[in-house]
Amino acid sequence: MTKKNNWLNVLSLSFIIIWLILASVPFLWTLWGSFKVEADFFSKQDWRNAIFGVRTLVETGGIFTLNGYKGAWIQEEFWRAALNTGIVTFCVVTISLTLGTLGGYALARSGFRYAFWILIAALIFRAMPHITLVSGYLLPFFELGLWGHLSTTIVVLVAINQPFTLWMLHSFFSTIPKDLDESAMVDGCTRFQAFRHVIIPVMWPGVITTGLFSFLLAYNDFAITALLLTETNQTMVPKIAGFLGSAQEQGNVMFAVAAVVSATVPLFMLVLFFQRQIVSGLTAGAVKG
Amino acid sequence: MPHHTFLKFIWPSALAMLIFIALPIVSISIQSFFIEHEKVLVVVENCTPFGCKKETRVDLEATKVLEEEKPLGRFNWFGTYTNRNHLAFSELNQAWKESQNYNDFLSEVFNLPFYKALSFTLAYTFIVTPLVIIIGFFIALAVNRLPSFFKGPTIFICLLPMIITPLIGSLVLFWMIDAEGIIGSLLQIIFNDPNLSLKASPTLTWVMLFVYGVWHHAPFAFVVFYAGLQTIPRDTLESAMIDGANRWEQTLYVIIPHLMPLAVFISLIQLMDNFRVFEPIVGFNAQASATSLSWLIYNDFRSGDGNMLFGSAAATSILTIIGISILMTPVIVRTWKANKPVIGV
Repeated sequence: MTKKNNWLNVLSLSFIIIWLILASVPFLWTLWGSFKVEADFFSKQDWRNAIFGVRTLVETGGIFTLNGYKGAWIQEEFWRAALNTGIVTFCVVTISLTLGTLGGYALARSGFRYAFWILIAALIFRAMPHITLVSGYLLPFFELGLWGHLSTTIVVLVAINQPFTLWMLHSFFSTIPKDLDESAMVDGCTRFQAFRHVIIPVMWPGVITTGLFSFLLAYNDFAITALLLTETNQTMVPKIAGFLGSAQEQGNVMFAVAAVVSATVPLFMLVLFFQRQIVSGLTAGAVKG
Repeated sequence: MPHHTFLKFIWPSALAMLIFIALPIVSISIQSFFIEHEKVLVVVENCTPFGCKKETRVDLEATKVLEEEKPLGRFNWFGTYTNRNHLAFSELNQAWKESQNYNDFLSEVFNLPFYKALSFTLAYTFIVTPLVIIIGFFIALAVNRLPSFFKGPTIFICLLPMIITPLIGSLVLFWMIDAEGIIGSLLQIIFNDPNLSLKASPTLTWVMLFVYGVWHHAPFAFVVFYAGLQTIPRDTLESAMIDGANRWEQTLYVIIPHLMPLAVFISLIQLMDNFRVFEPIVGFNAQASATSLSWLIYNDFRSGDGNMLFGSAAATSILTIIGISILMTPVIVRTWKANKPVIGV
């Protein structure tokens, strides 16, 4: 190793350490602070209060407090929002994957020129800012009485998710050799039978990866859920935004902090268990796209 | 695959996109030509012992009936597009005549809601996108040099800012940057200015939003580049080394050309995602100094008195779609050319 290489190593190592601090500390800080009172989390006198919980000890008698969580989950009924998020994400993921596998498979096997045009159209649809589409839905949904239902939101999220799902699954199915289903068809299967008996058993890696991204889209959405749902059936993200609106009242900010931490936990678990699939999914899109 | 089988497989997906993506675009283009009804006014004679007065009042019932009969509102042609809240032609014209120099004119223009939002949206798109690519590239290079034992945990931490809900991510940073939060008060100590507040200064708010954007999107570029680095053929790198290329030259002449297609892919996705920037503005509560096109549309539905401004939102939506189309054309044409031999027959 030359001296120059050593320098490069130090430089690259310190760069990555700084980046890791930037990427992780905001989460750790908020997690830690969510068990404190507002006077500690936003402590003007001394930033160390937020770590040692000086005011928390004075106000609640302990260094940690669950007041924020109690306020959010029980008093403000955050569990209802969590339940709605659960329903919405589950339905969006299953429906988009069902439609997406059928469509993606057809696009990968079509061999005609229009399949290519459908993909280009999907790419253009992918570029549409979601909120511009929402402004197209609102008036018709009000008129037809569809506004405010979870099911409407689910259908909208599925549709908005389709362009991406189609691209991902199209590129995944293109990597499965054609011979596989075609030899099944030579043996007398119809296209559907070949799909069911030959393709479905081997498609799960691609489907799981795509499903993860569908989950993220549905779970993280704010623009659509904030405008299409009523206050009573809100999902978590618009509910958190709602906490902020009434943040002037004492203590509500800590409700929002606790809610934010609660909503982050599932995402954290997702990365923990599916890191490999997320990485491979981003790559698959890149290699083909 | 025969046409009818293809159709059987694709119709649910195609129908969903047709109804909920293509049709809404038609719907907003129609809505944008209409504007809310004017309130129906009635003149009421109000008689008191001291004489009669004529008073003009809003006839709430008649207004409601009218709104129910024609929910779209009244036809306004291009009126909404040209009014003060959108393209503001007459205001532009006036500002041009009255202002002494370019700076005056520009500051007038950027006070108009649409141009204010457009300027931030474009600045965000064109500052965050290249920074994301550059920083993501360096993170990928640095992670690639780590011993393999550390790679897994490092990638795990790197992914966190990306998968976090945008609204939540911006809130988490916002609370730290707040004047009473950890970073905010630290900055006050460093600059010895107890009144320093990132929120109060428009420039710092912009910078803060850019920083958030890079923080949120850099992991995406990192993952893509990192995967790309794994596919560089060892032979090529080794032969470059034998030819006497140093690390810098290897990066410049072997690694970067190899990753170029990936950079195009990242910029395509980033242009789409950054142009629709919206949640950070809500999360950072930044609308006083920075608004985006998406935020303008949201705001039309949230304007205090409960009236949703469908026409105004639709016009902004159409202008936004025109904007993203202009931005995307070069990249889509490129993708089209690149994919033609792969899919096209």
